Amino acid sequence: MKVGLFIPCYVDALYPEAGVATYKLLKHFGIDVSYPEKQTCCGQPMGNAGFERMAKPLARKFDDMFKDFDYVVAPSASCAAYVKVFYPHILEGEHECVSSKKIMDIVEFLHDVLKITSLPGRFNHVVSVHNSCHGVRELGLSSPSELNVPQFNKIIDLLKLIDGITIKEPERKDECCGFGGMFSVEETAVSIRMGEDKIERHMATGAEYVTGPDSSCLMHMAGIAKRENKNIKFVHVSQILAAGL
Amino acid sequence: MSTIHSKNAEIFNKDRAKTTWHDQTFWALREKHDNMAEQLPEWEELRSHASDIKCHTITHLADYLEKFSANLESRGVIVHWAADASEFNETVLDILKSHNVSKMVKSKSMLTEECEMNPYLEKHGIDVVETDLGERILQLLNQKPSHIVVPASHLKREEVGRVFEQKGISKEIGNYDPTYLTRCARYSLRKEFMDAGAGMTGCNFGVADTGDIVVCTNEGNADMSTSMPKLHIVAMGIEKLVPDYDSLAVFLRLLCRCGTGQPTTAFTSHFRQARPGAEMHVVLVDNGRSDIIADKEHWQTLKCIRCGACMNTCPVYRRSGGYSYTYFIPGPIGVNLGMLHDPQKHSENVSACSLCLSCDNVCPAEVAPGSQIYLWRQSLEALGKANKMKKIMSVGMSVLFNNPALYNTALKFAPLANIVPESITNIGHLNPWGVGHGNPEFAKKSFRRLWREGLK
Repeated sequence: MKVGLFIPCYVDALYPEAGVATYKLLKHFGIDVSYPEKQTCCGQPMGNAGFERMAKPLARKFDDMFKDFDYVVAPSASCAAYVKVFYPHILEGEHECVSSKKIMDIVEFLHDVLKITSLPGRFNHVVSVHNSCHGVRELGLSSPSELNVPQFNKIIDLLKLIDGITIKEPERKDECCGFGGMFSVEETAVSIRMGEDKIERHMATGAEYVTGPDSSCLMHMAGIAKRENKNIKFVHVSQILAAGL
Repeated sequence: MSTIHSKNAEIFNKDRAKTTWHDQTFWALREKHDNMAEQLPEWEELRSHASDIKCHTITHLADYLEKFSANLESRGVIVHWAADASEFNETVLDILKSHNVSKMVKSKSMLTEECEMNPYLEKHGIDVVETDLGERILQLLNQKPSHIVVPASHLKREEVGRVFEQKGISKEIGNYDPTYLTRCARYSLRKEFMDAGAGMTGCNFGVADTGDIVVCTNEGNADMSTSMPKLHIVAMGIEKLVPDYDSLAVFLRLLCRCGTGQPTTAFTSHFRQARPGAEMHVVLVDNGRSDIIADKEHWQTLKCIRCGACMNTCPVYRRSGGYSYTYFIPGPIGVNLGMLHDPQKHSENVSACSLCLSCDNVCPAEVAPGSQIYLWRQSLEALGKANKMKKIMSVGMSVLFNNPALYNTALKFAPLANIVPESITNIGHLNPWGVGHGNPEFAKKSFRRLWREGLK
């Protein structure tokens, strides 16, 4: 099985450790992993800001770059969701979009494709799971709290494979943290308040770490926590899963 | 980089305690929705069924409108057609004048807000009395609704008590007990019901098959408004139609569970004809709705049944309040309806969304207001309403991301940004990220560099 690794721009620059952990996890399960070096960004920041036309050349390149892989795996739920949900429409009229069918977040891939049942390593900490909006409502990593559907959470399923970990979920388990790309710089007051509320609920679980599939939400909350000197750490879920690798 | 909404939201958020209270008040309604949804195993089926019914009805609207009006007329109800807000207002005034009515009681109608009917009628000498408790309070305070279902929920009971004292409705000064205040309102309204020459109601659903006007209230005020005066006027948007009783049942199960978290409203009244010696008029209003049907991207907005669930779940609405939006309907659906009504006037609400898509999931008619906001953002540039700063940033990213060589160079030097002290970067208007965030640190080595150095 050939997997193309998609390391979104901001993960590349700010959180390479999440990329490394994702790579290690895939290698651990014997996957043939490649990283096409010409990749940059999926285009979501521009699309969400109202400039989807600027995302089009990126979508075109992305679709071409990853067309020969069986799967494309990314350590970022929101970016994966953008490719999955928006690319078919962005590339409409050009050619059939293939990457939208191949893209997966690392959690989804481990859970649904590899169906892993064990992982080495320990993580002797209390973690609060951050169910990020696009992971929940676009990728289906967990059952959305608004819907009357059977309850599940793929992130928690995977974390349970790690020894020593105590897993919590905050009150309002999938309420938005307020990042939203340019929303955070355009609607600063509401975005910060949402982030503060979210951090508070994560901390109320007694967690030492907040973990989730989306480094962008973690970046937003970490930024607020840093400014306000909150005693809580943020770590991408792939890093916990790769703790023993 | 701000919008009218973001500026208003900033002011709203200055009162931290009030923001907390507002957020919790509406989150409580969201939780009630969840409890209701959990109790019905067929919940998700109901939602998609509701969406299908609305899609069908909207795309066959002319036929259903003919059937509906013919059914009403067969029982002597007088049906009027209004192309826009001013035609609606004039029609209502004509009916009132021809009956020498100087006072009209009315139950809640968002359509009359949309058409700004009250000020128009008042200008022409008609005394309009709101009878929904929330609407009545707002009328006394000269305020607009901050929510479509619970219009005065942004107010505290003390504020209500004080205005009741000022208007002589409450005699016990300083008594802000909700039960007491409600009783005061009831006594005062009772007199208005007796005096009024006409009663107006809105219409939650019009049943085409039977010609029923279905009105849902929790206070029975629609029934009082139509039982005392001998003239009943119904204000109704043309999108309110459902084909028959079976389809009505789907919506009656959803409306209140979604809106206020009750299994049903206390009163669900069907008005079919005037009682003996009385007259009933129905004014069917278009006011842009036909144009919405023709809008390829946004026509499904017409499926909205005005339950308010999207507001209750919206993390932005809960933390910015109804008045932070420029359109009279706030929250996710209001952002959409405002853009459909007048995009030049209401484009500054489009920022009020983090695209969390919770509203898409609570909407009983699967309107997907959040996903629609993403689409509206794409149209801002053509409307000449794109934010300049956002455009500059997007163009900058576009150049960077479309040139892998340039992107590589940028990554190489990015860690240098780590050594710039935050005191320099935190200039609010130049770096809005710095308003509430510490800076993220660029990694010493990017992922691609680690890869090249032998990660594989």
